[in-house]
Amino acid sequence: MALSRLSSRSNTISRPLSAAFNRFISTDTTPITIETSLPFTAHLCDPPSRSVESSTQELLTFFRTMALMRRMEIAADSLYKAKLIRGFCHLYDGQEAVAIGMEAAITKKDAIITAYRDHCIFLGRGGELYEVFAELMGRRDGCSRGKGGSMHFYKKDSSFYGGHGIVGAQVPLGCGIAFAQKYGKEEAVTFAMYGDGAANQGQLFEALNISALWDLPAILVCENNHYGMGTAEWRAAKSPSYYKRGDYVPGLKVDGMDAFAVKQACKFAKEHALKNGPIILEMDTYRYHGHSMSDPGSTYRTRDEISGVRQERDPIERIKKLVLSHDLATEKELKDMEKEIRKEVDDAIAKAKDCPMPEPSELFTNVYVKGFGTESFGPDRKEVKAALP
Amino acid sequence: MSAIIQGTGAATALTTLNSKKLVARSRTSLPGVDAGRRKRCIVAAGSDASKSFGSSSLLTLRHSHKLFANAVATKADTSATTTGHELLLFEALQEGLEEEMDRDPHVCVMGEDVGHYGGSYKVTKGLADKFGDLRVLDTPICENAFTGMGIGAAMTGLRPVIEGMNMGFLLLAFNQISNNCGMLHYTSGGQFTIPVVIRGPGGVGRQLGAEHSQRLESYFQSIPGIQMVACSTPYNAKGLMKAAIRSENPVILFEHVLLYNLKEKIPDEEYICNLEEAEMVRPGEHITILTYSRMRYHVMQAAKTLVNKGYDPEVIDIRSLKPFDLYTIGNSVKKTHRVLIVEECMRTGGIGASLTAAINENFHDYLDAPVMCLSSQDVPTPYAGTLEEWTVVQPAQIVTAVEQLCQ
Repeated sequence: MALSRLSSRSNTISRPLSAAFNRFISTDTTPITIETSLPFTAHLCDPPSRSVESSTQELLTFFRTMALMRRMEIAADSLYKAKLIRGFCHLYDGQEAVAIGMEAAITKKDAIITAYRDHCIFLGRGGELYEVFAELMGRRDGCSRGKGGSMHFYKKDSSFYGGHGIVGAQVPLGCGIAFAQKYGKEEAVTFAMYGDGAANQGQLFEALNISALWDLPAILVCENNHYGMGTAEWRAAKSPSYYKRGDYVPGLKVDGMDAFAVKQACKFAKEHALKNGPIILEMDTYRYHGHSMSDPGSTYRTRDEISGVRQERDPIERIKKLVLSHDLATEKELKDMEKEIRKEVDDAIAKAKDCPMPEPSELFTNVYVKGFGTESFGPDRKEVKAALP
Repeated sequence: MSAIIQGTGAATALTTLNSKKLVARSRTSLPGVDAGRRKRCIVAAGSDASKSFGSSSLLTLRHSHKLFANAVATKADTSATTTGHELLLFEALQEGLEEEMDRDPHVCVMGEDVGHYGGSYKVTKGLADKFGDLRVLDTPICENAFTGMGIGAAMTGLRPVIEGMNMGFLLLAFNQISNNCGMLHYTSGGQFTIPVVIRGPGGVGRQLGAEHSQRLESYFQSIPGIQMVACSTPYNAKGLMKAAIRSENPVILFEHVLLYNLKEKIPDEEYICNLEEAEMVRPGEHITILTYSRMRYHVMQAAKTLVNKGYDPEVIDIRSLKPFDLYTIGNSVKKTHRVLIVEECMRTGGIGASLTAAINENFHDYLDAPVMCLSSQDVPTPYAGTLEEWTVVQPAQIVTAVEQLCQ
């Protein structure tokens, strides 16, 4: 223990201060074994072991990225109240462990598709803070050029397929992406994420049936935060064991507030899906905010419940305790990291506020793809027809 | 506008042979028609794109398959083509699909009973044996999910051709078609393209009942980001199918249940029809009749009568339902100054309604009479044969309407 502390300290001292942002991320990769908080519950498969391999670097990266996500969501909250973000804004704070754990287990070739609570997953897939805030505020440099909004973040080069507003509709899309991966023999999987509310959509079961029939590498991830907008899960679902609802499809229930449990489960699921076809993961998680910014979040649950979860199961606190108990960093260093993150977020917001709105001509771009057979001719046919490919 | 219902007797779907006959007849009385009619068979009229197809590099792609042995002895052609093979409309669709699947390994077909069964209208017959289970996919009965899957696959670069066994079933997939298919290119800021083709038979058939006789073009026409085309002859069926598959945009190809057995001779060489272009069926001087899909044949039958009565209608098959080919339509309106739209959609909110609005807006100064639109009645299609006949526009009504407009 002391040795590892020494090594991380010496790393800190020897690095130049100009590498400010990553000053505290040690590159020590000696494996540390961590036990997940709860065992996995399995349906039609053998659960993976509770011991997860990690490293100093991973632990500190987890802490930093989750703190960044948390800070980003809180900042989005203030921006919404300041009326800089309009419309719908669904915040992910409390659920960061799912995004982080999943990223740690997969590569950028594996696809992720999710619903509208997509800010943090976009960040995890390699999105920039500036792009996030610019898109939320509807500016030109947003990740969807200001035309998508909070619910439509996409990042094609990292295989992040969004960002969808209609509940449940992304699951068939996700199975289609898995189909394309199988068609192209890509050895990659697709994580189609949805919530406990969406778990009652029929198209989910339709897509699951097809995925199981055709052995598609699709992993359906139910982020069960126990409330479908204002309706508690016991009022919406006869069977709240979402991991069992696949019936003939294996399932795994995971503690979604524990980033390492998520990581282990995703790794297991990826191996399973590449060999045996679809699998369902249920992430038992919680959101501190309401469903969206227009929902206070307290009319259907008590404040005590929210603060209770925050005290006992908060994902960032858990990582912090692990970091401190393994002596990978001191309290002060973590606090400094959080201050840096705050500054990073504030800078990104300031930059995004300066970004101009999209040009009026952007209204008509990207409705159709330019190419053969796509021009829409007015009475004068001024546009030239494209040639055949 | 079916004010007068005459005993129409057998208003059956016409075979192309009939339409050829009546064009031939009109040719003797109107010598100017000849060139236009001839052009249609070889090259899509006015579509310069397909003319460029004559290059030798593309001719080498020609398949010498003799899949469609001409069971019927070819009649002496009224057209000028000397080569070409005769086939039925569903075979033309199959030929187009097969050629595109040969050309691009990303093209796949998904739908109910498209694989082993061969397709409920035989459009995909034989493809599963040739291309295997992964490229011709039999799906379970879940339109919402498999349309969504097709769109998801298209986001990654595949080019699925999604078949709705009957267009009416695609109503179950409306969310996927509207929100994901049409809008993803826009909301992702151009990152994703959705090159799907959604196709299937629709329209009023032979006493199929209300739920199986729906005209979905009126429901889909407002969705931004999609293109809609309707085929009506074997020639344009194959051409539009190929163009739709090659297009980077989502295209909905509307076929008609009663037109699958139309026979026509189509060129041997590869060709493609332009997706946004309307087809000039019969040039004329007195009145412009705009139509599409099956109503084209009712119009041509009415044209026969009209010619005998001394009128000279210009018949245009608009083919592109979204966006409208206002150029061809506009030129025609500027020439004839009278417009009659004949469609199979419902009166309320149909393609004809949008087209009437577009013509009034753009060509108001050129019109000598108000635009008249003959559509189906705003009723669920009844089962009884006589009632069903009266829901749809019949040639006699078209003749009356033309006479009324041309007064």
